[in-house]
Amino acid sequence: MKTPIQLRLNGEDVATFADGGANLLDVLRYSVGDLTVKGGCWQGTCGTCTVLVDGAPRLACVTLAESCSGNSVETVAGLRRGADLHPLQTAFMEHFAAQCGYCTPGMLMAAKALLDRNPNPTREDVVDAICGNICRCTGYEPIIAAILDAARKDARRSA
Amino acid sequence: MLEMRKDIFADERDDDLREVGRPTQRQDILGHVTGTSAYYDDHHFANLLHLKVLRSPHPHARIRSIDDAAAARAPGVKRIIRGADVPVNLNTLLSLIQFGKDDEPSLATETVRYRGEPILAVVATSERAARQALELVRISYDPLPAVFDVEDALKPGAVSVNPVYPKNTFDYHRKYDHQKLRFGDVEAAFAKADMVFEERYQMSPIEHAPTETNGSIAVPDTNGRFTVYTSTQALFFSLDTSAKINAMPSNQLHFIGGTVGGGFGGKVDTLTEPLAILAARLTGAPVRYRLSRHEEMQFGSPRGAERIYIKDGVMRDGRIVARKVRAYFDSGAYTRLSSYAVVKCVAHIPGPYTIPNVHGDVYCVFTNRTPATAMRGFGVTALDFALECQMDKDAVAIGMDPLEFRVLNAYRDGDMKAHRRVAKNCALIECAQVAAERAHWPLRDEFRRMSSRKGGGEARAEAVADRTLKPAPPGAPRTPASSSQRAAYERPPADAKSPASPARDMPSPAAPPPSGSTHGVRRFSSIFGTRRR
Repeated sequence: MKTPIQLRLNGEDVATFADGGANLLDVLRYSVGDLTVKGGCWQGTCGTCTVLVDGAPRLACVTLAESCSGNSVETVAGLRRGADLHPLQTAFMEHFAAQCGYCTPGMLMAAKALLDRNPNPTREDVVDAICGNICRCTGYEPIIAAILDAARKDARRSA
Repeated sequence: MLEMRKDIFADERDDDLREVGRPTQRQDILGHVTGTSAYYDDHHFANLLHLKVLRSPHPHARIRSIDDAAAARAPGVKRIIRGADVPVNLNTLLSLIQFGKDDEPSLATETVRYRGEPILAVVATSERAARQALELVRISYDPLPAVFDVEDALKPGAVSVNPVYPKNTFDYHRKYDHQKLRFGDVEAAFAKADMVFEERYQMSPIEHAPTETNGSIAVPDTNGRFTVYTSTQALFFSLDTSAKINAMPSNQLHFIGGTVGGGFGGKVDTLTEPLAILAARLTGAPVRYRLSRHEEMQFGSPRGAERIYIKDGVMRDGRIVARKVRAYFDSGAYTRLSSYAVVKCVAHIPGPYTIPNVHGDVYCVFTNRTPATAMRGFGVTALDFALECQMDKDAVAIGMDPLEFRVLNAYRDGDMKAHRRVAKNCALIECAQVAAERAHWPLRDEFRRMSSRKGGGEARAEAVADRTLKPAPPGAPRTPASSSQRAAYERPPADAKSPASPARDMPSPAAPPPSGSTHGVRRFSSIFGTRRR
């Protein structure tokens, strides 16, 4: 039994059919074709598949796709601002905040959720925002530095 | 600011460390931050089939019977694969460099030797269909006693884990059950030492836990070849291993990898590619074999656990006169890379210190645990931990500053190492002096004046004869200082006639055994890295 699913994905309307019970991770990757979303544990423990549903971070691997129908979903594919990289992306590049890159999409989305609701986070806010995202290569310090730097630069640009 | 001491490292490297202390960018970082770096699983194929493996619930058991009839009829199932379907169902990873004997099946047939060992594979139209089919397979086991401790595994009458190595030890040089190092006479030195300290160190196995689990996709090409997208860290190593297991020429395999979601040594074991290729051959369709997180933790090989005993003989003036190391590496049920970890470990004894009497015995031991493999300095990391803990304990026990104790015993240029190689370009003393200065750690003047260039050689350059071994015949060449820094089995066969002579008092390692297969003999890969000198 296939279920129709409609999403506003990164500002564009997309529609697809998914197997009953399919999770959002598989629907995004295999039905919609957004391969920027990665799976790491498929059991809601590593944060790799973090996407934003109506602005809030969600673990796509344990989110029922049907439950998101009609909602807005954001992934790294929509992070650029036109031709420009998002300040978080630039900061991750400058701070060597990625090594293998596999946790990076989830980290970026968790960080975006934070900056969207709190443009001037403290270090503790940042740690709290990414505490569900596992990185096995770089360690967390460059990532925390990148997120804080992105917040500072974004604040300066908006000011 | 960091500096390169050209006076010490003149011929070590040419760069001037302009990159250190400044941010730099990876060449692949733009792909990472935009989510467009293509990992193996980011390649999609119509009609992709999914392979799932049934794993042993027992650490050691005989398989009495397998009934897969219901699974074969289950919805979506395209093929069941059993051990008999695997063209070459016995392999050891380092057979590619002719080191060790084939000891591990791709799919167990008669006996399972660790919990999580693969027995049977189902290829189906979805992962869910494959998982559901696996639940219909009925296997009857006779559980066998198991051994989980390295020293228990060496006791008389211990359970024999792996029939290829019935005594639970890897074979070194085809005549030893462990790798040895002999230099001087430790027992005589212990008798004369002012103090003797012995300690036991136990390391744990460590799972690499990469965020991307091990996996691969094998895709049949129209020209009889297979394209394989893989998470491997060792592309050509995996290619040759897959070719051997599938009994096919390696030019029928096109491996695509390089973008890996974390490895740390946990993606060198070619865990998934051979079965994915076999399944693609048997079904004619693209097949993905991806480990679940649970499988990665249970079946993905960890860093091996090492048990290390160190016994040091120390004089009151701080000189270490004897060091004896006995270590046991837990290889799990099969060899993988632990055999090589042992060689690295022995090559690292006794640490960067000039000690006139050194004795090393290191065992690669088989137990009913998950096979262990490479992980970040494996073989050396654990030994270094143990050695440096021991150095601290020695220093405290004789009432000496731990850093001064290291400086006093450090290699100097011209010293003979326990492996009968002359130490050169030594810099431990200088590194310790700089570290002490930066950390405001007080070093006494005489230690601040010490140098790697002073006090070495002369009497310290003598290779001490090992009285437990036969003397060399008259006219035998003197110990070569640096003619060959490579172990015999790392040399390609063409080098067998190399003029490098075995060191005077060393047992000559056996020549590499002739191999029935020529797979990858000369193509050995990157997993061991490049040697500096």
